[in-house]
Amino acid sequence: MVSVEASPGPSRFNPGDRVRVRTALPAGHCRTPVYVRGKTGTIERLHGRFRNPESLAYARDGLPQQPLYLVSFPQRDVWAGYPGPSRDRVLMDLYEHWLEPA
Amino acid sequence: MHDGHDHDQARDHDPHAPIEDTHEVTRFEKRAAAIQALLIEKGVVTADEVRRAVEDLDARTPAQGARVVARAWVDPAFKARLLSDTKAAVAELGIDLGSLPPVKIVENTERVHHVIVCTLCSCYPIAILGLPPAWYKSLSYRSRMVADPRGVLREFGLELGREVEVRVVDSTADLRYMVLPARPAGTEHLGEAELARLVTRDSMIGVTRVRAAQER
Amino acid sequence: MPQVHDRGGWPGGGPIDRTEHARSAWETQTHGLLNVLAAKDLMRVDELRRAIEGLGPAEYEQLGYYDRWITAIEQVMVEKGVVTREEIDRKVRELEAAKRW
Repeated sequence: MVSVEASPGPSRFNPGDRVRVRTALPAGHCRTPVYVRGKTGTIERLHGRFRNPESLAYARDGLPQQPLYLVSFPQRDVWAGYPGPSRDRVLMDLYEHWLEPA
Repeated sequence: MHDGHDHDQARDHDPHAPIEDTHEVTRFEKRAAAIQALLIEKGVVTADEVRRAVEDLDARTPAQGARVVARAWVDPAFKARLLSDTKAAVAELGIDLGSLPPVKIVENTERVHHVIVCTLCSCYPIAILGLPPAWYKSLSYRSRMVADPRGVLREFGLELGREVEVRVVDSTADLRYMVLPARPAGTEHLGEAELARLVTRDSMIGVTRVRAAQER
Repeated sequence: MPQVHDRGGWPGGGPIDRTEHARSAWETQTHGLLNVLAAKDLMRVDELRRAIEGLGPAEYEQLGYYDRWITAIEQVMVEKGVVTREEIDRKVRELEAAKRW
């Protein structure tokens, strides 16, 4: 499990913020793909707050709800030797406790 | 996308009918039947509930999504509602998303092309499009689409110029993504129903674009 | 080394087989069953995923999609004490004896 405690307060990031994905290696269920860990991206949108899947997966209640963001990454920053143009991006929904300011 | 395989028809008439075709009953199919029977016996679920859940899944097809796309193409106010509150907007067309995961629409244009994948499992906007095709759930699609989207799109017959921004959306959380494809040129004369007939499942995943109908 | 389910960029992905596969009845039933359990909060999609992710790498890669699902549903139902594996084994034998298939 990621060791950082979730903040119950206001959401930490705004659209346009640069964020880096933590490089934690959780033992259990998580929804942060390994291919973006340690990568820097941009907050596109705050979707709202959702219960934490890392806790729901083990019959716990998933509270407190976590802010969930749509984050985009330049493909060239994610994949060494990415063959497409520099404008290409990969996007995903990430929970706040997986993100830190870049 | 209704299949007409004989064994499904035989099952509709009599679940104990001998298997006439080459359908091999695996240990997983047997296990599934046993688990379901036990859960019903124990009162955890009822046969009726499972039957209704199956009917609900079977009723959801890409034709629903096609109607949503066609409406968005002809009605800009609907499109705005669709993008801001998808559940309420599709309800206007009689599509009930119920308690299924929320659907988020991403819009494709001449300059920006989204394509959807779920690398961690196979999340898909079932509520609007029905169950996903086998290839969407395949290990190959899941591994290659994020790392080489243009190569995969080429395999699906779609070549995009380098001036187009390709945005791969990896469905990692509770939102299910669906593409609102760009309306092709040469369809200005078509009505909403005709437009809906052009919209394929694959264009709403983003692996193809919608083509205007061929001239006869 | 990423976990076996974490497939983005996994090497060796070959051409994508685009054959349309007919969905068999038992597969749709399994999906329906999961939806009913989820609606009653007896089993969540997160638990399904977690149990699937816990399959060994060989099993994960070799089992079909709904094979993984029913294995995971069994796992979680047994964990929660709703059924036992022995009960399931017994019921399979009972259905076989009754010529269910």
